[in-house]
Amino acid sequence: MTEEVSFETSLAALENKVEALARGDVPLDQALAAFEEGLALYRRCHEILARAEQRVTRLVAATEGLVEEPLLPG
Amino acid sequence: MTRAMLASESRSEAPRPLTVTELTFLVRDTLRSNPLLARILVRGEVGSVQAAAAGHVFFVLKDANAQISCVVFRDDAEGLGVELGDGMEVVASGSLDFYGRRGEVQFAVCALMPAGVGAFWATFQRTRKRLAAEGLFDAARKRAAPRFPARIGIVSSEAGAALHDVVAVLRRRWPLAEVVVAPALVQGPEAPASLRAALAVIGGRVDIVILARGGGSLEDLWCFNDEGLARAIAACPVPVVSAVGHETDVTIADFVADIRAPTPSAAGELVSPDLPEVRGEARALAEDLVRGIRDALRAHSARLAAAQERLSPKGLSRDIASNRAHLRSLAALLVSAAARAVEQSRQLAEFAARRLQALSPQATLERGYAIVRDADGRLVTSVDDARPRDSLSVRLRDGRLHVLVRGKEVS
Repeated sequence: MTEEVSFETSLAALENKVEALARGDVPLDQALAAFEEGLALYRRCHEILARAEQRVTRLVAATEGLVEEPLLPG
Repeated sequence: MTRAMLASESRSEAPRPLTVTELTFLVRDTLRSNPLLARILVRGEVGSVQAAAAGHVFFVLKDANAQISCVVFRDDAEGLGVELGDGMEVVASGSLDFYGRRGEVQFAVCALMPAGVGAFWATFQRTRKRLAAEGLFDAARKRAAPRFPARIGIVSSEAGAALHDVVAVLRRRWPLAEVVVAPALVQGPEAPASLRAALAVIGGRVDIVILARGGGSLEDLWCFNDEGLARAIAACPVPVVSAVGHETDVTIADFVADIRAPTPSAAGELVSPDLPEVRGEARALAEDLVRGIRDALRAHSARLAAAQERLSPKGLSRDIASNRAHLRSLAALLVSAAARAVEQSRQLAEFAARRLQALSPQATLERGYAIVRDADGRLVTSVDDARPRDSLSVRLRDGRLHVLVRGKEVS
């Protein structure tokens, strides 16, 4: 279950919202929207970090080409 | 007729002479069917090197008491990575076969590596010089590691501690990343081809690759000096981190890799951001966000207050004064309105008049400027307009001065 939006993308989007707000010439409704979106992005970043669980796979050759199968680190 | 049948017949019935061809087949089958001979490693000294026109390389491997004919077939010769020379000590891997035409047992070598310090360094230096001359080690070629790798590839032995070390560091520091392992041989003559293959399959699937191997002898680490592997590292579509042996071990892979890590654990740290640090960064951004909206709200309420002030009659008039057309239409509107509105418009007109006055020369004089005229009443705006001993009149805020020009100076 890969994240459809990566941590990196979310963090970059959050940075954008902060920058947009900092410009100061944003209409009020847009400023409020940027703030709310930014807050949602922060929650998402936080959540991604909190839920992070390492996944290790190994590449193996199979009849259908290369596949990744879980590897339990020993 | 199979050779196996032939063999059993010869035992059960009266002996029948074999043809020479049959004998050579028998020898070959015996050799081929022995699993001990299917894949062997042989150490020895190279002699009688001969490159055939077809691309095969023939030589002998020998020690103090014996020797055996060897061949490297063209396909393997191309990726050998070692230039064979008489007297060179090598470890060769391959299989034993029987070459019937010459009646000779032959060691078909598929890979080999130098053995012994002399051969090692000669090959190492030759490879290093050649690749350096091609610019493969140039700093400009080095790529930086991505800040937040989503997928981290590891090319390593599955059995080794190096893999375990890297995975453990990544789990602690950046568990967000998926780790993909491409198992490979990390020592022996066949390791370079195995490493190349692993690198080739993993390169397109991850954001960065770590080439990891724990410590070992010079000979153990030899595969990381392979020229073909160096080229594969250079050609890898994503940055490659070399993490081979201990800090003091230096291999060709270290030179060509985008990042050199002193140990496998260090490689894990180099490719991963630190989780607590990133958490702090996200929190700081959230704080900036809150500060941003607070500032924005403050700015907007200030604008609201300003707008309110502008909507008051006094404020309105200022705008109107700067826009005559608007003033006329608004004044007309106001005149036609109720008495209070009329009074207001009068005030507005009055204010507009004051504003107009503000723009008159008097206002300029109030600010400390002067108007200078000559005896004929012409404006003096340049030093060229007056001569020494001319008498001039200088109009100031509250009156006039009559002055005599004593001299002039062009600025």
